[in-house]
Amino acid sequence: MVKPTKVTNDIRGLREAAGLTQVELARRIGVTRQTLIAIEQGRYSPTLELAFQIARVFGTPLDAVFRYPDEESS
Amino acid sequence: MVYQERNTWAGLIVLPFVLTGYVIAILQAADGGPLTEVQWWPIMLWTIGGGIVGTIVLSIVWGILAGLRDPEGASASDLRDRDIARLGDRVGQAFLVIAGLGVIALCALEAAWFWIANAMFLGFAMSALVGGIAQVIAYRRGLA
Repeated sequence: MVKPTKVTNDIRGLREAAGLTQVELARRIGVTRQTLIAIEQGRYSPTLELAFQIARVFGTPLDAVFRYPDEESS
Repeated sequence: MVYQERNTWAGLIVLPFVLTGYVIAILQAADGGPLTEVQWWPIMLWTIGGGIVGTIVLSIVWGILAGLRDPEGASASDLRDRDIARLGDRVGQAFLVIAGLGVIALCALEAAWFWIANAMFLGFAMSALVGGIAQVIAYRRGLA
């Protein structure tokens, strides 16, 4: 029924490097702080649109923020 | 805890109390006699009303307290809340279908109205309970 997502991400590292708090980043991408925490911890897969918004905040391509494991290692 | 999760918890907290109250009220009204003789519908309506009002009141009080700590986030919700609410609806809906089939079966057997109504009532209660639990698990453990 409920399973954690296979998508991993570097949001926390990128956010800290950009000097943003969770509240600030959450506000910029239009979600609650709890949702941002869930995304950072891999407990929620963001929509494609939200993923692009996050990448845009950091000024990086999508695959610099999110990763999906190869089939052999999944 | 976000607004929608608080509301879900409020429903889960209130539900066992109103269901217990309903069972006690029905048994008291039966007074040792057959349950089918009980005038069940006023008790059921009061239970449903009490459950709705209780959940709303608890949500409001909880929201006020949460707002004192986090004024901006106290009533915020987003797409994750909608996804989780959809999951809860989907899980809960299975119990409504089961209850509906049970009602049809009871009607076919020409069961007493008491049992027909209570089968549906149980379906509503289980739908709310299991759907709410699914939502809380999704909030705590994750939603892919």
